[in-house]
Amino acid sequence: MPKPSKVQLFHTCIINEVYPEVGLAVVNVLERLGIAVEVPLNQTCCGQPAFNGGFHADARKVARLTVDILSATEGPIIIPSGSCGDMLTHQYHMLFADEPDYLEKSHALSKRCHEFSMFLVDVLGIRDLGAHLRAPGPGVDSPKAAYHPSCHLLRGLGAKSQPQALLANVGGLACAEVKDQEECCGFGGMFSVKNAAISGAMLENKMRNLEASGAETVISCDMGCLLHLAGGLHRKGSKLAVKHLAQVLDEGMQGP
Amino acid sequence: MSHFLDRVETALRDPDLKTALGRATERLGSRRSASLDSLPDSDAVRDMARRAKLGLLRDLAGNLETFEKNLIKNGIQVHWAEDGAAANRIMVEIAKSRGCKRAVKSKSMATEETHLNHDLLEAGLEVLETDLGEYIVQLAETTPSHIILPIIHMTKESIGKVMHEKIKVPYTSDPEKLAKIARVKLREAFLSADLGITGANFGVVDSGALVLVSNEGNARLVTTLPRVHVAVMGIEKLVPSLSDLDLMIKILARSATGQKITTYTSLVTGPRREGESDGCQEMHVILLDNGRSRILGGPLAEILGCIRCGACLNACPVYKNVGGHAYGDTYPGPIGSIVTPGLRGIKAWKELPDASSLCGACREVCPVRLDIPRMLLELRKQAVEEASIPWALRIGLWGFGVAASRPWLYRAGAGLFRRASGLMAKSGWIHKLPGLAAGWTRSRDLKAPAPKSFQELWRQRPVRPAPAAAKEAAPVR
Repeated sequence: MPKPSKVQLFHTCIINEVYPEVGLAVVNVLERLGIAVEVPLNQTCCGQPAFNGGFHADARKVARLTVDILSATEGPIIIPSGSCGDMLTHQYHMLFADEPDYLEKSHALSKRCHEFSMFLVDVLGIRDLGAHLRAPGPGVDSPKAAYHPSCHLLRGLGAKSQPQALLANVGGLACAEVKDQEECCGFGGMFSVKNAAISGAMLENKMRNLEASGAETVISCDMGCLLHLAGGLHRKGSKLAVKHLAQVLDEGMQGP
Repeated sequence: MSHFLDRVETALRDPDLKTALGRATERLGSRRSASLDSLPDSDAVRDMARRAKLGLLRDLAGNLETFEKNLIKNGIQVHWAEDGAAANRIMVEIAKSRGCKRAVKSKSMATEETHLNHDLLEAGLEVLETDLGEYIVQLAETTPSHIILPIIHMTKESIGKVMHEKIKVPYTSDPEKLAKIARVKLREAFLSADLGITGANFGVVDSGALVLVSNEGNARLVTTLPRVHVAVMGIEKLVPSLSDLDLMIKILARSATGQKITTYTSLVTGPRREGESDGCQEMHVILLDNGRSRILGGPLAEILGCIRCGACLNACPVYKNVGGHAYGDTYPGPIGSIVTPGLRGIKAWKELPDASSLCGACREVCPVRLDIPRMLLELRKQAVEEASIPWALRIGLWGFGVAASRPWLYRAGAGLFRRASGLMAKSGWIHKLPGLAAGWTRSRDLKAPAPKSFQELWRQRPVRPAPAAAKEAAPVR
């Protein structure tokens, strides 16, 4: 596809309510690439919490609004979240299996939906955004960052390399090796509350592995995972920071 | 707290369990990867295996009829068991009518499912498990906690303790010594048993053969030494032909233990024939339904393609943390979370499909590419429709559905939550959430909502000139 002049942003509920700065970072990155960003107002949520809980009828109410709002727009839809991206791209077909008109609309939408990192690498063909983080100082090693692949991004959307490729080209950033890097962090939406004990154990494993990697920052493309990780790290009093990929790229593109 | 959550809490508090499971699953996972790497076109093999299994399931009844005909041609007697109790009854009848008193068993998850040993003991028969892991399970009077490695949850010290206590041998935790002790006991049993009980890894339709894979050779001894052999096989364990079997054998051991093939792969095609010197005198197969035909043709039908390799257990971060007993029934792990409610009903087992973050690691490693997350989602839908769900949860999700489908209401609700969090939060973090949400703050803090939502910030954003590049892209006419 030739570079689009304009895209729609599906900002996701977690970014909207808790991490609006991530939404702004996404916009900044895209605008610097010469792409105008429109935000369809009145978007709420993709409906995944209800869907994952088995509450399909409730999920459909929310999904219908999302489909309506997004279908009234044109062009690529950028989603800075692996789980919401997977929901819109794949799970809506399951939700609307018995509603032909919404099924058709959701098929049309799937073709337009792109997770943020996959949009940059697969659609725009860009791996190097010319991002450089400020050097810590002479003789000091570049700060290390640990990448956490969210399960829906990695396995649901099949993004095995795009975020890593983007990070590899950020100057002044070293990538840390993380043990069991692809293992689930334990968020899983409502799983984190309904099965809090298991979620906590998985979180503990993930935090231990992240801290052992020597990284100063955890970077992911999913704010669900990061909400959960940040919460656990804060409880522990950890110094590890959490950032969305877009924030790292935005910071780096502002120049050293 | 429910029984399931009780079992989970117990498991999570056991550091030895965590160590044992962590070590075993890591080892099995890396061996699996390595051995699949050594199989050319492993992806294609898995795709073909899936097609073979699911294709057969589309006409399971027809295939079972053909299988039965071929079994009978081979001199094998065929019995049909609608449920576990029926299967056990048939087994006891066969044993009694043939005057069998001592049975040796090779590992069979189907007989775990029917609780066969219990009924055999009630009927006055002696039963000895001959798979080393199952033998220890039997001594310890517990149940297997993994489909392939029954005692994955035990350390060699705890195994030594069990053997010392139950069969009065001097305590040792040396695996070789323990295996030698067991071998002596098992050999005695093999030679004196009059009934051999097995499961079946596969049933080959066009040959009327049963396939048994083992590393210890016990299946071979169980099927040939005692004069009567009875196999219990789930009706879904069929493969159409030997070339399909070849596909399965290529991926089963690789997925289960990382071996290219198990030490023994036996095709059993009937009792001892005229002039043969080895083999049982009489062979039976009990074909077990126990709810499988109910799943067929429905949204969970795919689960009947499972070849019981256990790879999903080894990949599952939930299983790795809680172990098999937490699941509360015969089959643990990702497939257990589908098979148990599928066979036994969602009402009593709705917690199992919930005990997953839907990470998809299971689907990634499944040799027949079962879409386990999709089936878990399907079961969660069934649970909401048929099982009792806490009313607070129902109301909560209903409220979510109503609010998130009405932007003004959503904004109002979010605003309320923002204000409430402002009261609960300290320096932007909430340390304790009330009610149903309390689980979150058990092990995490919650970042309080931002003072302004992204949409509010966006609306207040000064209008920017369109990016220069966008102007270039505009068509010139």
